[in-house]
Amino acid sequence: MNDVVLRGVRIAYESEVVVSELDLGISSGEWLALIGPNGAGKTTILRAIARLVAYQGEIQVGGQAVAEMSGRELARRVAMVMQEPHMPEGMSVSQYVMLGRSPHLAYFGKEGHRDQRVVADILERLSLGRMAARALDHLSGGERQRAAIARALAQQAPVLLVDEPTSSLDVGRQQDVLELIDSLRAEQGLTVIAAMHDLTLAGQYADRVALLVAGKLVAAGTPAEVLTEPAIADHYRAQVRVLQMNGSGRAVIPIRGHDAAQAKNRLP
Amino acid sequence: MQILGRLSRPAQGAPVALLQGLPRLPWWWAAAGGLVLLASMVLGVLVGPVHISLGTVLQVLVAPIPWFGGLASVDPGQASILWSLRIPRVVLGAIVGAMLATAGAAYQGAFRNPLADPYLLGAAAGANLGATLAITFAPGSSLIGVNVVPLAGFVGAAAAVAGAYALGQTVTGLRNTTGLILAGVAIAAFFNAIQTYIQQSQTNNIRQVYSWILGRLVTAGWEGVLLVLPYVVIGVAVILLHRRLLDALSIGDDEVTSLGISARRVRLIVVIAATLGTAAVVAIAGTIAFVGIIVPHTVRLLVGRSYRVVIPLSLLFGAAFLVLADTAARMVAAPAEVPIGVITAIVGAPFFIIVMRSTRAAAL
Repeated sequence: MNDVVLRGVRIAYESEVVVSELDLGISSGEWLALIGPNGAGKTTILRAIARLVAYQGEIQVGGQAVAEMSGRELARRVAMVMQEPHMPEGMSVSQYVMLGRSPHLAYFGKEGHRDQRVVADILERLSLGRMAARALDHLSGGERQRAAIARALAQQAPVLLVDEPTSSLDVGRQQDVLELIDSLRAEQGLTVIAAMHDLTLAGQYADRVALLVAGKLVAAGTPAEVLTEPAIADHYRAQVRVLQMNGSGRAVIPIRGHDAAQAKNRLP
Repeated sequence: MQILGRLSRPAQGAPVALLQGLPRLPWWWAAAGGLVLLASMVLGVLVGPVHISLGTVLQVLVAPIPWFGGLASVDPGQASILWSLRIPRVVLGAIVGAMLATAGAAYQGAFRNPLADPYLLGAAAGANLGATLAITFAPGSSLIGVNVVPLAGFVGAAAAVAGAYALGQTVTGLRNTTGLILAGVAIAAFFNAIQTYIQQSQTNNIRQVYSWILGRLVTAGWEGVLLVLPYVVIGVAVILLHRRLLDALSIGDDEVTSLGISARRVRLIVVIAATLGTAAVVAIAGTIAFVGIIVPHTVRLLVGRSYRVVIPLSLLFGAAFLVLADTAARMVAAPAEVPIGVITAIVGAPFFIIVMRSTRAAAL
């Protein structure tokens, strides 16, 4: 019951249409990567699912329209990790992660022992336990990303929206973060929808990939079906080689113009 | 006093590091705030043109209690000075200081702006204008049994804050604190201009208006205390109840909305509560500057940034600060009185510059 359905979704900022007539279904427990060139509308779609932007059409989570849910109800079902989460100066990691319990508290409610246990478990799981009392501004980039994910996990929502989870991380931290999301998905059956600019990482971690161009869905399917050299050349205007990895996984490697010409000549 | 904040004990089963990271009101700071407030109130009661000893003050205080009352005879003159002049004045000072400091902290949290205070957002200028209108055109009148001055002050303050809010939103959006401050400055300048015009054109009341604007805690009896108390109790209680939500607002409107909290609703309720209380105390005590900046920032620097700490401690230390400032205002040029706003501004202006420098204008 954690599936997400978008039907005829249209999003416009004033008169500029950012996403048009989008139909997309994400099954429970699936990892969908939203890919596309800059300005394709990836982040906007995530924000619409979290009801942070106005949209036309229908978005359902677990069979219920997002528009009909209360804010708290939606936050108990959908958690979002922003691309650049705002981390207040001086706030501790545990206080920040505890904010994720907000959807489970009444308006004037206070966090109880159960909330403390949930947060403590998540901090341990994400290797943040020892730095729970540390100020957010004293964390490294990878630790901040883990703290942001921890806050989203504290919501205990079955659907996790992640906006560019690996931006500004080195290759090791990128892998750590994506492995973490993948293992949490396996453990907790999370449905993951991630906007990803790195096609290789999208091709390796996502079950399915949705390619968007200028707010329109142009292809959706497994990485093997979507991440093809012609499609990437067409929509990204990039010369790449696509390598097969572990069955349906794909690695996308940009190549220099000179090499691209040679590669093209070698193709049958 | 559960509303003042839970002096929490560690939860069983949760790791110590987690609990250390969670904001809680340190009991020793709360106790220190209570003691400082008590000491400043005792000092405030002792200072005055007529010498009254601490022993007499204690006797007067216990006299109304049936069992203690008969133990000592109290000079009726001194008792009268204490009950009708000094004690109400000190209590009024504590209430005004507590409200201004709490409202300052609330504004800073609601607008995510460390430089926001009721004065900068135009609430005080609005209250000034409202009260000046009431003093000038409807002196001594009441509406449904309530003195019209605080009512007019409230309306003026609410109009000013609503105007600054709307202007800030239309110019740069409420996330931009520069736009908000400029909107507050513009509204305050506009309201001050009208207020000055009325004041200059209706010179009959100029003395009353001036005395009120400069800030003073001159009170005969308990009328002033009773007049502001309902506004302050409601305002402070609502703000205290929003401590957790003010902390949540610090992550930004989008993110807090994704947590199921309506930033707009929290901001609106907190601003209404802070404006209600501020308007009432400004109408009674005049424009006392900088309390809403100095006290919350001092608490932040010394104890921590969480509103669960800042708001209850601002309440206690704000009350103590204003009682001490009023005592100083009475002592500095005795037997004359220096306007209390002058004392708070002399301390507050340099502090304000330090705060601006220490935030490195990042909030702007």
